Amino acid sequence: MKKWLFFWMLTQLAQITRATLIEVCPDCNYCTPGEGILSAEAGDTVLIRQSHYYETNILIDKPLTVIGENYPVIDGQMLDHIITVTADSVVLQGLQIQNVGTSFIEDRAAIRVEKAKYFQILDNKIFHTFFAIYLAHARHGIVRSNTVIGQAVDEMTSANAIHAWYCQHLEVSYNEVARHRDGIYFEFVDHSRIFENNSHHNIRYGLHFMFSNNDEYYDNTFRNNGAGVAVMFSKTIQMRNNLFIDNWGRSAYGLLLKEINDADIVHNIFQRNTLAIFVEGSNRITYKENDFIRNGWAVKMHGGATQNHFSHNNFFQNTFDLTTETNGIDNSYNDNYWSEYTGYDLDRDGRGDVPFRPIKLFSYIVNQTPEAIVLLRSPFVGLLNFSEKASPIFTPTNILDESPFMKPIPWNQSPTHDSH
Amino acid sequence: MNKILKYSLYDLIRSRWMFFYFGFFLLFTLGLFWLSPDLSKVAISMMNIILILVPLIATMFGLMYFYNSREFTELLLAQPIPRRHIFLGQYLGVAGSLSFSFLLGMGLPFLFHGLFTSAELPLFLTLLVSGVLLSFIFSGISFYIALKNDNRIRGFSLAILVWLMLAVAYDGFFLLLLSYFKDYPLEKPALALSIFNPIDLSRILILLKLDIAALMGFTGAVFKKFMGSQIGMLIAFIALLFWMLLPVLGIRRASSKKDF
Repeated sequence: MKKWLFFWMLTQLAQITRATLIEVCPDCNYCTPGEGILSAEAGDTVLIRQSHYYETNILIDKPLTVIGENYPVIDGQMLDHIITVTADSVVLQGLQIQNVGTSFIEDRAAIRVEKAKYFQILDNKIFHTFFAIYLAHARHGIVRSNTVIGQAVDEMTSANAIHAWYCQHLEVSYNEVARHRDGIYFEFVDHSRIFENNSHHNIRYGLHFMFSNNDEYYDNTFRNNGAGVAVMFSKTIQMRNNLFIDNWGRSAYGLLLKEINDADIVHNIFQRNTLAIFVEGSNRITYKENDFIRNGWAVKMHGGATQNHFSHNNFFQNTFDLTTETNGIDNSYNDNYWSEYTGYDLDRDGRGDVPFRPIKLFSYIVNQTPEAIVLLRSPFVGLLNFSEKASPIFTPTNILDESPFMKPIPWNQSPTHDSH
Repeated sequence: MNKILKYSLYDLIRSRWMFFYFGFFLLFTLGLFWLSPDLSKVAISMMNIILILVPLIATMFGLMYFYNSREFTELLLAQPIPRRHIFLGQYLGVAGSLSFSFLLGMGLPFLFHGLFTSAELPLFLTLLVSGVLLSFIFSGISFYIALKNDNRIRGFSLAILVWLMLAVAYDGFFLLLLSYFKDYPLEKPALALSIFNPIDLSRILILLKLDIAALMGFTGAVFKKFMGSQIGMLIAFIALLFWMLLPVLGIRRASSKKDF
């Protein structure tokens, strides 16, 4: 029995070692990652030992596994692209790639994947780059556990941390992306999943969808970005269990929906954003079991939104819960908890007996005359809101919650993403 | 004048109303700090008190003091002292003791919480300074009204009316004007309108120091730019000084003409 086991192990070992291991270090046969990769055969593993390499334009055009030991530094010296992948099944792991300069002519990136499939970009550290990871026409790839930190100053001279263009079936997970223009950018990207990422301090958006359909993002944190997430011109996007926090500033929001159809927004927490959700021209959207905590505006609906259904959400201490010009068509705000609600519940069924009107007179006025915001926190405005609440005259009468909850609604704790 | 000021200041500081006023601010501020660890919430609650209660109490107290010390004032008038010294001395005594109680009542808790060494110092200085300025402004106004009206009921109702106008009704007119002219760019008129009312001006100066200012969007940005500039600060300060000086000049004029 032992003999057989030994024999079996030998054959296994032979299988593994058939792929050659190529070592790169200043004193090895191959002194730079580029040399090592150039001389490797398809299927080989290139092991890069810890050192500081200055190199640009490394082309990977065969299936390779490139592994860094203790994060060897590949430094682009602000010159050009660093690694370009054009072959399928390439693995890049454990590298520290840094210093890609700004270019207004080409999209320079630390790692660029072009027309490749089944790639894996794992556990790399990418600092101070223009684009960090750039995926074009790529499919079935994984970008996981990378740390990407840029030094973006303004939108014009900076680019995105993880940028995907015309891709399908991507997984972007467990990454930390910060201080770029957009943390994660998807344009024409379908059937992809984004989860457990931490996107913060990006100048424009933490996560940005353009023309991307059938994607989902969940369990992410978007903190302190110009705006947390912008979803534009996309269909069937699932947004679950995300935390939108501290996206605070004059034109900052947690989540921007523009021309979105058929989306589900479930179990998210929106906390301390100037504007938690800004909705423009979006249809058939379900907002369920989200918490809106101490935002400036919780929800702002702007023209042409139909069938937006808010239910079982908790609204805690937002300066304005809802602002909208018209009710649109078939939008509903029933069955939510509003901390502003002062009604009573005589039959003790947990629901208030009088409807709640989420639009305050002052938010209505501010919507009409934005300059009136200078009267924020004025005693007169308090008086005005109170009298309007007692007998509504100006605010739209058809925007109301018919059966507001008396107490905060606990989320239905069924696992929401067990299907993966 | 100094002697009169000293007498009325000593007299007032020992009065139980001043202790009450001091105690109210002390307890209120301590209570707020105790209830909420969130500085910005504490600041907003304090702002509400400063904007409504401080002017109201300064108005009431100025009137009460003037009417109650009328006999003493008549006695003083018989002495060889210039009239304006008597009345300005009394006014400064009232305003000074009100400000003193306010500063001590709100400032001591700030001191305990180490705010004078924290990054929030500008915010809390703005709170304290606007409280003091409002005390001076509204006690001055009430003194002027009291000088002009011997009838106490008339005096009280006029003073209350002025307070109501500045604290509440002004914002109503403001809002009406804004919504009437909403088709025009209104940032600059809004800026001008809010400088003309000391209560609005204080409110905006405080709000701009809070993170809630982000809600004010473009209009807030215009305000912040203006108030952040040296010229803007100067104009705001001059506007508040103007509000302080106006009643003082009124008191001088009225006191020299008044027939006792």
